[in-house]
Amino acid sequence: MHLHRYEKIWLILGSGGLALFIVLLCVNAFAMGMAPPSNMEMIDPAKVTETPPFDNPGLKKLNDNEYDAYMTAFAFGFAPNKMEVPVGAKVNFHVTSPDVVHGFQIPGTNVNFMVMPGHINSATYTFDKPGEYLILCNEYCGAGHQVMATTIIVK
Amino acid sequence: MNPTTMGQAQVDRPTARLSLAYVWVAYAAFGLAALAGMLQGMVRGGLIELPSWTNYYQILTAHGVLMALIFTTYFIIGFLLSGVAKTTGGSLHGTARGLGWIGWILMTIGTAMAVVTIVMNDASVLYTFYAPLKASPFFYIGSALLVVGSWFGGFAIFSSYRKWRRENRGKLSPLFVFMSVTTFILWLIATVPVAVEVLFQLIPWSLGWTPSINIMLSRTLFWFFGHPLVYFWLMPAYIAWYVCVPRVIGGHIFSDSLARLSFILLLLFSMPVGFHHQLMEPGISPGWKMIHVILTLIVVVPSLMTAFSMFATFETTGRKKGGVGLFGWFKKLPWSDVRFFAPFVGMLFFIPAGAGGIINASNQMNAVVHNTIFVTGHFHITIGAAVALTFFGVSYWLIPVLTGRTLTRTANRMGMVQTVFWSVGMFLMSFAMHYLGLQGTPRRTDYTTYMDHPTALGWMDYQRVMGFGGGLLFVAAVLLILILGYLTFYAPKGKTEYPIAEPETEQHTPRILERWPVWVGVLLFLIVMAYGIPIADQLTHNPPGSPPIRTW
Repeated sequence: MHLHRYEKIWLILGSGGLALFIVLLCVNAFAMGMAPPSNMEMIDPAKVTETPPFDNPGLKKLNDNEYDAYMTAFAFGFAPNKMEVPVGAKVNFHVTSPDVVHGFQIPGTNVNFMVMPGHINSATYTFDKPGEYLILCNEYCGAGHQVMATTIIVK
Repeated sequence: MNPTTMGQAQVDRPTARLSLAYVWVAYAAFGLAALAGMLQGMVRGGLIELPSWTNYYQILTAHGVLMALIFTTYFIIGFLLSGVAKTTGGSLHGTARGLGWIGWILMTIGTAMAVVTIVMNDASVLYTFYAPLKASPFFYIGSALLVVGSWFGGFAIFSSYRKWRRENRGKLSPLFVFMSVTTFILWLIATVPVAVEVLFQLIPWSLGWTPSINIMLSRTLFWFFGHPLVYFWLMPAYIAWYVCVPRVIGGHIFSDSLARLSFILLLLFSMPVGFHHQLMEPGISPGWKMIHVILTLIVVVPSLMTAFSMFATFETTGRKKGGVGLFGWFKKLPWSDVRFFAPFVGMLFFIPAGAGGIINASNQMNAVVHNTIFVTGHFHITIGAAVALTFFGVSYWLIPVLTGRTLTRTANRMGMVQTVFWSVGMFLMSFAMHYLGLQGTPRRTDYTTYMDHPTALGWMDYQRVMGFGGGLLFVAAVLLILILGYLTFYAPKGKTEYPIAEPETEQHTPRILERWPVWVGVLLFLIVMAYGIPIADQLTHNPPGSPPIRTW
């Protein structure tokens, strides 16, 4: 098969760039610990409200400035409804759904993951700036999807 | 290989009737979908409110199903059947035509069932129908008929291809036919997982025969299909770019073998990649996600090959017409011919679209844009601009070919206006969508300010831009249907060329490119490698399933 000389150069540069890009993605994910949210824990979706810690959703203080936030996402809201942490707090979100598939996103941060019945998903974020952060559902879940939101206050 | 001559057969009447039947259902669906899309843009921009008898998610489902599934699939089958006929002697034989009509009937019954359930508000589950949202069983049965019907379109193409090979032993198949066969091999394999999902998971569960459903498995099966689906839209547009556009501008195919190789690569790397749609999901390990990400990104190679081929053809042709200097050839291209202009604008849209696609497919960057309206912006410049503008450009000559009429100068000029409206509308809308997505605006969401939260209030100006773009797109859609109606029923009778380009010189194409068992074998190997362990894991190691739920 004949390849034009310019096309060879074009493809070598393109494929080389691509290979470098893939290496960077792998370094990012596995060496620097920035793999996408992929929690493997499971839960019975019919028994979410009886299963600790989701029977009592809320913030659990781990130490001075680190918290676990156990939350449920349901049609059409989040529990707990309001949370407050100090500036600089590191929050580990753990979220599950008792009904349909939902999304969990905090605009302006990199917190963005799917919440699926039967699974618990997690992400961590350190809130360095004060403010009232919007948490919203970004996966269509029914007639009230557009009102499904809560906030986390950082001060 | 002989250069195509005007004297060669175009498409005979019975084949033309079949092809036209597909193309017109496509445009009927397109018109309804464009109306739904415009309304969504207006609602989202806060410009109008919907009457109480409908809602945002119902018209969103209608828009997605009609545009992404009905318009595309019908148009693709109609276009490819006509091109296969044209390049194998001007007609489809009786068996192929029969298969084509069976497909059309099954698909149309399926479409009617899906549309009725959507109109009755019994299927507001969007075109991805994520369980455990449960639609009416008739919605799933309709979707299954649509898919099975489309297989018959593929069987018609395979049957013509076999006949041609029997009659032309040892010869290389026409490029158009080769590409159509590749497209339908992809489609047949890709639709198996979604057929399994619909037949064995969704239908029994929606009828109440099984109490619960394995959510993870249903999503994996869906996206096993969902990514090749987008290549299924793209490949016919590539056929027009590789085979038809060069002829429209009076040029030649740059390289027959590279064109075939790029299609084989698209086929191989379309399927073992679905997890890049599920990067933010629990239950799939980061390692498997990365394997799919890498296999996804390989699509960069055939994309670069295609870009090179297109511009090489443009430059060679422009220089032959007397273009000199570094860019002189560019001015020699037929800018006022809509058959070239529309697909060319589509190609331009595809450049930022490809860059956006790399962002979406990349592990970490996906966290910024996942399920935001950035993704909606992305597929509106791929399918909604690159593919749609190419399909429009094809329709401007395909419909006159099929009806034995001509594309008049006025119709051509109207087509240019239509292309400009569509392009400007799509540019404004998708630019706003990309920008908003980076701010975190969610996709698939009715008008909302989240209780006047300042973050959400800051999005409103750009949401109005989206609405305005949607308005321009609707004007362009109406204009398109009027022009196509004119070309079908009123344009003057005459001879229109079916543009099929040939390579300029005799080229050697490696025969291995047409050894299907090799490529299907490699594809199956890649699929088993990428999906075997994760799917086995999802089947054996899963949480209690979910009952059906209706939340709308």
